[in-house]
Amino acid sequence: MPGDGEPIIRVRDLGVGYEDTVLLEHVSFDVRRGEIFVILGGSGSGKSTLLKHMIGLVEPAGGSVFIDGDDIVTASGDARHAILRKIGVMYQSGALFGSMTLAENVRLPLEEYTDLESDEIELIARMKLSLVGLGLFTGHLPAAVSGGMQKRAAIARAMALDPAILFLDEPSAGLDPITSAELDALIRRLARNLGVTFVVVTHELPSIFAIADRVIMLDRRRKGIVAEGDPRKLRDESTDAWVRQFFNREPEPATAASVGAR
Amino acid sequence: MAALTISDAPDGRRVLALSGRLDATTIRRVWAEGREAIVAAPDRRVVVDASKVDYCDGAGIALLVDLIRQRKAGDVQIAHLAPAFETLLQQFDIRQVGQDLDPPPRRRPAIEEVGIVAAGMGEDLRQQVVFIGETAAALTHALLHPSTIRWKDVWRICERVGADALPIVALISFLLGVILAFQSAIPMRRFGAEIFVADLIGLAMLRELGPLMTAILLAGRSGAAFAAEIGTMTVNQEVDALTTMGLDPVRFLVTPRIIAALLMTPLLTLFADLISLLGGAITLQSFSIPIVTFMHEVEGIVDFTDFMAGFVKSFVFAVLIAGIGCLRGLQTSAGASAVGDAATRAVVSGIVLLVAVDGVFAILYYLLDI
Repeated sequence: MPGDGEPIIRVRDLGVGYEDTVLLEHVSFDVRRGEIFVILGGSGSGKSTLLKHMIGLVEPAGGSVFIDGDDIVTASGDARHAILRKIGVMYQSGALFGSMTLAENVRLPLEEYTDLESDEIELIARMKLSLVGLGLFTGHLPAAVSGGMQKRAAIARAMALDPAILFLDEPSAGLDPITSAELDALIRRLARNLGVTFVVVTHELPSIFAIADRVIMLDRRRKGIVAEGDPRKLRDESTDAWVRQFFNREPEPATAASVGAR
Repeated sequence: MAALTISDAPDGRRVLALSGRLDATTIRRVWAEGREAIVAAPDRRVVVDASKVDYCDGAGIALLVDLIRQRKAGDVQIAHLAPAFETLLQQFDIRQVGQDLDPPPRRRPAIEEVGIVAAGMGEDLRQQVVFIGETAAALTHALLHPSTIRWKDVWRICERVGADALPIVALISFLLGVILAFQSAIPMRRFGAEIFVADLIGLAMLRELGPLMTAILLAGRSGAAFAAEIGTMTVNQEVDALTTMGLDPVRFLVTPRIIAALLMTPLLTLFADLISLLGGAITLQSFSIPIVTFMHEVEGIVDFTDFMAGFVKSFVFAVLIAGIGCLRGLQTSAGASAVGDAATRAVVSGIVLLVAVDGVFAILYYLLDI
């Protein structure tokens, strides 16, 4: 069973938000080595902000994020650099460099962090792109391929240095069902075959059930984690009204009445 | 660390024994040695013994794939690779990896390159003509129906083009007045003609340098801003959204900017004229010419026609700066560098056009004896 290992990420008492705005308080959870861990929640619940805290892009209001034992919140200089080498990130938009081909995007971290020869780097870059099904598109610019292909190329770039943990921000957002299913299959394959730990932010229900070993659910109104565990069990057995509402795709009961009352 | 031991077995096979950790930071040396060992023994079959490999990630798998690729199928075998790593290797069709190469881009002959550039210039010219026509139609419509103008946008742009530009226009104009005064007063003092420096500054600034320097500043500042702003909107499909809502992007985006530039550029030119005269007057005080004398001399030499000759130009410059900035913004293509390219093109073509049109004005004024 994937994810039976020891925690590779430990989040402790984290205050999630920006400057004066606190979205979530006292957030604590573990991500186990080798599992696909999904962060769920409605729009505006702080999923992506939590991810940004976990990868050290935004300083939290308080608390710690231990990645493989080291706290990314307090780390600086070489220590922080060493932590960042262990992670790869795929941003919601892909964030590929538009002036570089897909292969050049994947080559970039290899060129910066290894002393391999150019042809060796090229082979690794091509193999990473083959792995995500883009072996025939290595010379294409990002603008010349579809949104789904850009996301897959972004995963290949995030995997360039074979990090232990991959963070994916809304990997299925804006994709058609077939491409989305292909991406889910790719994530599962990479996790099972490469042993990579995945932390995925999404609110796409089909993707959640397809890939997640474990999920946490965030609720902005309660400013914290409201459920944690296997998504199928949460859907079938949770006693929390909001969790059931989320999994059953039920609208807010008060919405229609309040609009009508105005 | 990764290590490689090369030996030849009694049955004639070459054995490459890999050991240790195979990742992107450790494999450089063994990669090169492994290739050389295979190439150096072309008539031997090769076995890569991976029994002592502790760890192997994507880069390590790339090394194994590359070693296999050095020979035709079956001549290089990977033996005793741990099942976890074997799974990674099995993901790749070894022969396919090498064939995934894109065909190298075809080199175009020079004549084709020239043709492509010429066609691009022709297309750019066509777009400019179309843009001028659309803008003229939109401005005419706006003048006939002032209520259709988005005045809120106009005042917001006026603030950014005009009020926000006051400090830089003041600084450059003042320094221009000071520099002109100094550079001309020193040689003219040898002839006792310092007083005529006031004439020079008055005529040069009001007829020529005031409008031109203000326009060049605005081309660099506001023209680039227009191109970047509209370019970003183009990249984000906001311009497409306007079009599909049935709103003309030229009326919506270009007209307010041109009107704002038409209102602000002449005012900034007036401001620049005054500040540069002030700079010249202050400088000439150090040459014993009082401010009153300076102003009296300027009044004597610069008549209303001279003033208007410069002032009229500022209206034309305003249309050029705003128009070229908006056009370059609307021409923005896809990609992160496209907005930067649009801003650069707006400034470069804006300044070239300003200087060219200023030259046309000089010839026109000469012919009209203004």
